[in-house]
Amino acid sequence: MNLTMIKQSWFGNIKGDVLAGMVVALALIPEAIAFSIIAGVDPMVGLYASFCIAVVIAFVGGRPGMISAATGAMALLMVTLVADHGLQYLLAATILTGVIQIVMGIFKLARFMKFVPRSVMIGFVNALAILIFTSQLQHFVGESWPMYAMVAGALAIIYILPRFTKAVPAPLVAIIVITLIAVFTGSEVRTVGDMGELTQALPLFLLPDIPLNLETLMIIFPYSLALAVVGLLESLLTAQIVDDMTDTESDKNKETKGQGIANVVAGFFGGMAGCAMIGQSVINVKSGGRGRLSTLTAGVFLMILIMVFNDLLVQIPMAALVGVMIMVSVGTFDWSSLRHLHLMPKTDAVVMVVTVATVVMTHNLSIGVLVGVLLSAIFFAAKISKVHVHSLQLEAGRKKVYVVTGQLFFASVNDFVASFDYKEACEEIDIDLKAAHLWDDSAVGAIDKIVMKYQDNGTKVNVIGLNHESSVLVEKRAVYNKPDAKAANH
Amino acid sequence: MFNKILLASDGSEHAIRAVEKALLLAQNNSNAFIEVVYVVDGDKSKADVLQNWNAVDIDFKRKEKLAFTEQKLKHAGVRYEINILHGDPGPSIVKYANEKVFDVCVIGSRGLNSLQEMVLGSVSHKVAKRANCPVMIVK
Repeated sequence: MNLTMIKQSWFGNIKGDVLAGMVVALALIPEAIAFSIIAGVDPMVGLYASFCIAVVIAFVGGRPGMISAATGAMALLMVTLVADHGLQYLLAATILTGVIQIVMGIFKLARFMKFVPRSVMIGFVNALAILIFTSQLQHFVGESWPMYAMVAGALAIIYILPRFTKAVPAPLVAIIVITLIAVFTGSEVRTVGDMGELTQALPLFLLPDIPLNLETLMIIFPYSLALAVVGLLESLLTAQIVDDMTDTESDKNKETKGQGIANVVAGFFGGMAGCAMIGQSVINVKSGGRGRLSTLTAGVFLMILIMVFNDLLVQIPMAALVGVMIMVSVGTFDWSSLRHLHLMPKTDAVVMVVTVATVVMTHNLSIGVLVGVLLSAIFFAAKISKVHVHSLQLEAGRKKVYVVTGQLFFASVNDFVASFDYKEACEEIDIDLKAAHLWDDSAVGAIDKIVMKYQDNGTKVNVIGLNHESSVLVEKRAVYNKPDAKAANH
Repeated sequence: MFNKILLASDGSEHAIRAVEKALLLAQNNSNAFIEVVYVVDGDKSKADVLQNWNAVDIDFKRKEKLAFTEQKLKHAGVRYEINILHGDPGPSIVKYANEKVFDVCVIGSRGLNSLQEMVLGSVSHKVAKRANCPVMIVK
């Protein structure tokens, strides 16, 4: 990384970056507030987090132009921690999340992202969308028609306005209009102010007020681990999307460490854990943001807006935020996956649906991802464990050739061994392994077993066509080709 | 003579008709060079990244979309090049057309009705209005 490159990533696109950053800041405010409410903390916690994370990641992130802040995926993971133990434990968990991510970055774990199948990632975003949507339903409880009408009005503005102008972000217009209506009609709908405190102060550096002992660690560690994993999954997915949109490359390990640093800073300044946001990053790039300056502008402008418009922010009706969150949920869902569900390979569709179902049942994205990855690993093993054996009679039935095609390993040996006929009358058997590969001890054991069964019946067996790796394995571990062989030696 | 021909394509039926017209323009002209551009919209990026395992797959899928177009060009024996751009389709095509100088830009009309056009905006109209070279909209 030399000076010109740094300069380019900061000041290569000043006008586009500043304008896009401001658009993003406007779109961030309602989301940061709404995600705080989902997590069960004061709106300031999400706003401080968004400010800290955006500003820090602008300097230390590996993907210029990507927007990171307080997110729904992370907020959903911390609900029970906040409910059971309170804000201070959340701040401590946020710092620990950052530390875990920094460690993951140092060990370059971003490369393991390639083992997370696409079907799991589709399940991840779909489940996230469903959870964001269902988390809004509680706001309808005990409300009357003015609230319903406001939600409908907000949605109407959000979806119809962009047809006429894209100069201003539609969700912002929806919030302003609905807030004005609520203020001037004096309606008694619930507002952001009713959900928690919004202060006009800048975030301060504070140590979380918790006992520093093993018990605390045991409480926060499971949450931090889940937050770290989910945060990185969404961040690296977003980085890939931004890579594709801008046709450029990014440093995934630097981004991993950067996310960690940003979360540590957020935790010390009273913010909740966050990660990259797909929706906001797409808005940023579409609005012309490309460089680090856009992310920095988003964070700084967000803080300025909070300071200046604090009195107005508390008057935003929850109905307007619910409308914005429904839009976020609809935008997060991968609708093309529904259209293509019947075209996907069956196992992929099952993995996707199981991932979504697991998350919706457990309310935990990390468990859903884990189940999805394990399930697709099992499907993969099942798929490649199919071994085909077909036989040819030669020399008027005195000799028989078995041709084996496939991967021989612990999951495939049972069927493999069972596909031979040991009670044959022929004198000589060839086992042709040209199109097969031996992977482990089980495979060698299976060959031993087959050869010895034939030898017990007095049939001569030739194992032919082993590829180099397989023959090395056989040389080391097999017993059939050594004197005094016994299959049980394995 | 139209030597440098820009062909904006999304691989759709309408774009295929545009290919035929572009080939007519290039007929009997050994200097003709057709540059095909396919623009990937930002929203499309998200779906493509989610649905494909890695960047190689994504690239393959997009090239596949233009396979029929490419086949036609190959068959006609004309010199060509395929480029994939990223951004909002209208402005991206206009920018590309104006930065590299072309003799003509050929683009398919999607055949929307007037309501759809008001709602979605017409890429071909944007290009016709703002590109500096002559634009042929193929119906």
